[in-house]
Amino acid sequence: MKRMPQMFQRCKDDGSMALVCYLTAGYPDLGRSLEYLLAVDRAGADVIEIGVPFTDPVADGPIIQYTSDHAIRTGTRPNQVFELVRCLRAESDIPIVLMGYYNPIFAMGEGTFVTRAAEAGADGIIVADLPLEESAGMSRACRIKGLDMIQMVTRLTPPERMIIIARESTGYLYLVSRTGTTGKMTQIKPELRQLIGHTKHLAGRLPVVVGFGLSEFMQMQDLRMAGADGAIVGSALLKRMIEGVPPDKVGNYVTKLKQACGSKHH
Amino acid sequence: MSRKGRYGEYGGQYMPEILMPALQQLERVYQECKNDKLFQEELEWYHKHYGGRPTPLYYAKRLTESTGGAKIYLKREDLCHGGAHKFNNVMGQALVAKRMGKRHIIAETGAGQHGTATAMAAAVLGLEAEIFMGAEDVKRQKMNVFRMKLMGAKLHEVTTGSCTLKDAMNEALREWAASVETTYYMLGTAGGPHPYPEMVRDFQCVIGNEIRTQLKEMEGKLPDLLVACVGGGSNAIGTFYPFLKDKGVNMLGAEAAGYGIHTGVHSATLTAGTVGVLQGCKSYLLQDEDGMVKPAHSIAPGLDYPGVGPEHSYLKDIKRVVYEGITDEHALESFVTLSRQEGIIPALESAHAVWAGVNRARNMDRDQVVVITVSGRGDKDLEIVHSQGLIK
Repeated sequence: MKRMPQMFQRCKDDGSMALVCYLTAGYPDLGRSLEYLLAVDRAGADVIEIGVPFTDPVADGPIIQYTSDHAIRTGTRPNQVFELVRCLRAESDIPIVLMGYYNPIFAMGEGTFVTRAAEAGADGIIVADLPLEESAGMSRACRIKGLDMIQMVTRLTPPERMIIIARESTGYLYLVSRTGTTGKMTQIKPELRQLIGHTKHLAGRLPVVVGFGLSEFMQMQDLRMAGADGAIVGSALLKRMIEGVPPDKVGNYVTKLKQACGSKHH
Repeated sequence: MSRKGRYGEYGGQYMPEILMPALQQLERVYQECKNDKLFQEELEWYHKHYGGRPTPLYYAKRLTESTGGAKIYLKREDLCHGGAHKFNNVMGQALVAKRMGKRHIIAETGAGQHGTATAMAAAVLGLEAEIFMGAEDVKRQKMNVFRMKLMGAKLHEVTTGSCTLKDAMNEALREWAASVETTYYMLGTAGGPHPYPEMVRDFQCVIGNEIRTQLKEMEGKLPDLLVACVGGGSNAIGTFYPFLKDKGVNMLGAEAAGYGIHTGVHSATLTAGTVGVLQGCKSYLLQDEDGMVKPAHSIAPGLDYPGVGPEHSYLKDIKRVVYEGITDEHALESFVTLSRQEGIIPALESAHAVWAGVNRARNMDRDQVVVITVSGRGDKDLEIVHSQGLIK
């Protein structure tokens, strides 16, 4: 059985919600980036999303823009990201998802990118600017190499479109919890609760993972109550890293978030 | 076009899912507008009574004589309301926005001409405008900043990346994603995700259509060569598109070669770029081998962009249009020449086209006709030109 479905099964058995942690590859540099990834993994994350830096991240807020810019300046390119995945994979069996923008993938070639990602030990790919209309080639390349191609839906996605996207998506369905870019959201509104229910209904058996703007323990509990299969935390972790919080302390924060997700084991 | 929104392999809709429903709605409403006689009549009314269209096609006698070759005509988009061709696109899109019931408009701007035109259209139709402009451009195009503010637009100074047009567009896209249900995104060039390249081209085709009618009256023939500058490429596609099927009409797009292509400091996307995906479409792009977008440079802020509209990439590949890089130095030279010989101060962007056109005309016969689109006027550039020591 693959790592991703195994992980969701384990969470289900636990009665917990999966905690997905996003970190920008190469921030603050490649060496320390690995230390943070390992700390987040050990602290109880269920999935790690590794951001592949791009010069023009139109779907991201100021924190991910800043860390991406920084990582690019210190030499993080897709090949370095694969190396990072390889190092993490050598230490851990956690599901690893690469998340980025299409141009660096296009520049390398879809097939080559997916092959290298798979060889490095990644489990899935998310491309923020590759909607259903443009993703056939990547989906095919991922299918051939056994990687998940994770698609996104939002509260503005019409039901009939959501059904098609959920059918195309593998691994999980990424539900963007609000309009806007990545970053802070203070409270879970009743509409979001409704949106999660609606998305779960249309997604069938595919797990629904909620992202964009999550940072607080209360939100995790709310999301679990609303039926989400997972929650993504990114900017909140990177913000701490920018402030100079060391890997073990970021790890402590992740552990608390995971506790709020309802795990019995952490 | 092989499939919807594609020009050969170029174009497409490479956008986050959050914007896809809005793009599909825009596509639907725009198609309605395109086929609606009342919409077209209203747009024509604004062209004529508010915008000053048709703009003149002017025979540049002294420039022709000093060049000593083909007859040079200038399509005077600098005389369009606001001082540039940007009016054509903005007026069209503002009427589309109104039909969609969106009263809040956002736009990116480089030289400030598109921002100014957006502020204008918002004022006259009673809409709200919010303009995103790179900090570098705010500094070098002060006059347009004042104009936008005066007409009631809200200005966002963008301080990310290279602080120019590309970064302003990233920021405008982010703002659009955050407020897409109530906001209309007024894209300024024939680029970005479908349907923008097609819609902006259609609105700019008024330039080429007028050239056809006017030149027929004056010369009784079609032009032998059309020349326009290409940043994103909206004035160029508007000039070229109506003539694409006329085999005898040659076309030349003038890109910004900055300090020279060989220096790597330029914005000559089609001449020196490679195929990639940026800000919604597949097109030629200035990028490194890892797909990281490289900063562009041009003395003309409106050309200072590492991408280009997808239809130009297609026209380059099928060799229907020739694209050529013109340096900062040559553009400045034409800026002065046109001012001295014809009393027309062109925008620095347009000065690239003037240099390219004059250079070609020199080697053509006297009975041939070159039409150069002067996309805008140069008042906004006086400070830049002065700092180069060219105004004594």
